[in-house]
Amino acid sequence: MAHYHDQPTIGEMLERHGVSRRTFIKYCTAMASALALPPLAGRAMAEQLRAALRPSVIYLSFQECTGCLESLIRSFSPSIENLIFDVISLDYDDTLMAAAGAQAEMARDKAMKDNYGKYVLVIDGSVPTGANGAYCALGGKSAVDILREAAKGAAAIVCVGTCSSFGGVPFADPNPTQAWPVSDIVSDKPIVNVSGCPPIPEVITGTLLQFISTGKVPDLDEYRRPKVFFGNTIHDRCYRRPFYDQGKFAKSFDDEGARNGWCLFELGCKGPTTYNACATTKWNGGTSFPIESGHPCLGCSEPNFWDKGSFYSALSAPRWGKAGEVSPGDVLKVVGGAAAVGAALGVASAGLSRLRQRHIEKSTTNNEAKES
Amino acid sequence: MDLVSFARGPALEVALAVFCLGVVWRIVGFALLRIRRNFNEPRNSLVKAIIGGVIATGSRSWPHSEFTVRTGAGEALGYGYHIGLFIVILAFAPHIAFFGSLFGVTWPALPNSVITIFSVLTFTLLLAVLFRRVTHRVLRMLSNFDDYFSWFITTLVIVTGLMATAHIGGPYQTILGLHILSFDALLVWFPFGKLMHAFYIFPSRAINGTLLSRKGAAS
Repeated sequence: MAHYHDQPTIGEMLERHGVSRRTFIKYCTAMASALALPPLAGRAMAEQLRAALRPSVIYLSFQECTGCLESLIRSFSPSIENLIFDVISLDYDDTLMAAAGAQAEMARDKAMKDNYGKYVLVIDGSVPTGANGAYCALGGKSAVDILREAAKGAAAIVCVGTCSSFGGVPFADPNPTQAWPVSDIVSDKPIVNVSGCPPIPEVITGTLLQFISTGKVPDLDEYRRPKVFFGNTIHDRCYRRPFYDQGKFAKSFDDEGARNGWCLFELGCKGPTTYNACATTKWNGGTSFPIESGHPCLGCSEPNFWDKGSFYSALSAPRWGKAGEVSPGDVLKVVGGAAAVGAALGVASAGLSRLRQRHIEKSTTNNEAKES
Repeated sequence: MDLVSFARGPALEVALAVFCLGVVWRIVGFALLRIRRNFNEPRNSLVKAIIGGVIATGSRSWPHSEFTVRTGAGEALGYGYHIGLFIVILAFAPHIAFFGSLFGVTWPALPNSVITIFSVLTFTLLLAVLFRRVTHRVLRMLSNFDDYFSWFITTLVIVTGLMATAHIGGPYQTILGLHILSFDALLVWFPFGKLMHAFYIFPSRAINGTLLSRKGAAS
């Protein structure tokens, strides 16, 4: 992979590939529109990007399943080829790069040194800290040490996926590797969380593009997610929302309601509490999203979504017990136990009252006898 | 653990246990109390007295004609918000899903727009009964903390439910968490305050009606 300072600007790169200025402005206008930026921002973005050097991006994968990278390489707009060949200089990604072993580690160290303070650090996966970080190590170094080292010289950190953003599966109870999200380990750098399991590819590339074109971290929500993509719930934008409003629900995956495309709330849809762009940006180049395929939203872009009980129990359903599932038997245990204690207290209270009543009656009778 | 998980998890479990414990405690405690013996000659037979008690249970559901003008409006307000509460609690789909997972039984839901209309009406009627309570001199003097807190906790559940449905006041999951938490608080308060009338109202009417009917009072 080429050195950052030896590279031409993004505009020069595009010209070499035969991309006209007009086409590029069109593309940037579309991207600005997707990012909900003002109308003139597309032109400004185009000018800024054309003049910019391709920023160095270092992509580190820790305790993860590679699903996020699988998602990223399926980005349609911009495509992954456009992104890594025209817009950014992807200096390290141990899954995508041709180099391996010591060569790859050297490339990472060199990119970090040459672009100190300027590179964008992309993290995929949570960071295990148990057993001195031994649960995840690359080239003999623990993930937590690599993260701390790489974060020092980063201009910003983009956490791709729920694992790096919120801990994800490894962080789920009982968290055997003591895995943590990046924000619990690095606190002195701007961090953007692009959560999702995996995140939508266009949301990853859009967030990167916005940062590269403006040089600023986008507006973030309380979980440091870009508001432009995580500003609405799935439920707000769901095409099945009218059925929710009409009280029409699928009760099982093969009933009439499911065949009619009714709301999946009762089948456990977490859309009402999940902020993401699935219902608008969709997947596979805007083809569809899980609810469109008949499956309820799992709430995968929200913190701790693995620990929130069954994916298939309704959002309003109570949850306690072993698997967070409440069966009528569990309810009977709680109700029965409480009722037994209540009955005992009731008997005791009534007994005390009767004793007191008898005592009052006796003293009243004695007083009357004395008076007569 | 986030607010929603806490509200529908451990908080709900504890609230449900306290509710059952309190309700059974109070019902058993009252049921086993000794009824004072009546040494008078009964005016009606026991069967007739029981029939009188049953009649009184229904006939006391509306004020006697002599008092209709004075208290009819207040009673109508009470009926209004009680009916509204029943509809909102029992016919809203997420509530049905809640009961379904607790008891394993579900039933058809009403459209959300209908539920929203009933919720707003119920809230309005709750405001009206509070206004009546604080402006009616006698009612105000009869009222204590129990009356106001029972009103507050009931209204809080309705208000947070409306806020969650309308997506106002904060992130949906926070408002939903507050809604479920306010319901948990209602469950805890229920057996120890005047909300317990839900269990007492008909048995107390029946028992009083039977005892008075035995003494010859009209039912």
